[in-house]
Amino acid sequence: MANDNQGFVPTVLQDAINWAQKYSLFTYPFATACCAMEFMSTMGPRYDIARFGAEFPRFSPRQADLLIVIGTITERQAPVLRRVYDQMPDPKWVMAFGVCASTGGFYQNYTVTPGADQVIPVDVYVPGCPPRPEQVLDGLMALQNRIQEHRGHVQVEIGNTAAIGYTDRRRLPVMQDGTSMALTEDERMPRGGRTI
Amino acid sequence: MAESVLTTLHKHHGDDAILQTASYVGDEMALVERAHLLSVMQTLRDTPSLAFNMLTDLTVVDWLGQDPRFEVVYHLYSLAHKHRLRVKVGVPEGEGECWIDSVSGLWWAANWSEREAYDLYGIDFRGHPDLRRILMYEEFVGHPLRKDYPQNGRQPLIRRPDAVPTDDQTTRLLTHSHDRSVR
Repeated sequence: MANDNQGFVPTVLQDAINWAQKYSLFTYPFATACCAMEFMSTMGPRYDIARFGAEFPRFSPRQADLLIVIGTITERQAPVLRRVYDQMPDPKWVMAFGVCASTGGFYQNYTVTPGADQVIPVDVYVPGCPPRPEQVLDGLMALQNRIQEHRGHVQVEIGNTAAIGYTDRRRLPVMQDGTSMALTEDERMPRGGRTI
Repeated sequence: MAESVLTTLHKHHGDDAILQTASYVGDEMALVERAHLLSVMQTLRDTPSLAFNMLTDLTVVDWLGQDPRFEVVYHLYSLAHKHRLRVKVGVPEGEGECWIDSVSGLWWAANWSEREAYDLYGIDFRGHPDLRRILMYEEFVGHPLRKDYPQNGRQPLIRRPDAVPTDDQTTRLLTHSHDRSVR
């Protein structure tokens, strides 16, 4: 985050926002298969995902900022997953829970999508069939580091026009005079996306 | 266990309807000519000493390269007599030839099973009240459990524009009627 042009206060403010976001992830469990059992275990008291601030599943994508894709995604279901993702407000992150959500797993056939990242961008992949709760917590902590470092997938996503404005505004510690919130031309997301 | 089932069946139907029967370690099988399927099934369900009032399963086997290519298999069970019977019917392939009479009028349980068999094997169940795909989506082309369907023949409804292509040339991107396209 260190940048000579950045003011001290906005930088610290963004750090504080990131800190708040990473410890208050509202999850939307898109549970389709047996991995959901392991997710319940992760949610439960023994492993207790609440220690990391993500204990609150919202069963509406409009109130969630972490989409956890738990289980096999079939080709027939992929449009539904995309629609759920599109309904989530920014900032949003996605965790692929288990091999099926990551790569399709051992299903290599006509009906299973080879990974949720064929349909939506994915931030963190948790392998395993199913993954142990420790792995999930590890993946969650990796995601939290990513959030603290201000790296989200929407910054490289193409065509998600709803995300573009907000994504660029999140980078706004770039303010020169400390007053203007307007985006300069080169701050806008190009039509074809941008790689960071 | 229930070889009497086969003898009773032979009393009602001649060799033109019952092509072959077999009994192996208590499992009875009857190979039935396709044209006589409905009358044989009616006998099996309504004769008091048979009383097969439950259709446990309906499935299809694809013997690619043989004639007839497909074999529709019915698993019947009698709750009254506690005996079972497996009925097989050969169905040839080819346009207009790949059909069989629907037994959904005899057992309502056949309704979705026949839709599944139609979806995955492309067999036309004549007289079915609502023969639509049940597992695959309507835009899907072909019948994926046929042995000549490409092994990785994906027909995705939706993909990210920058998604890594997975494997094969058979993948076709379909448009879905109730989803917005992703550019």
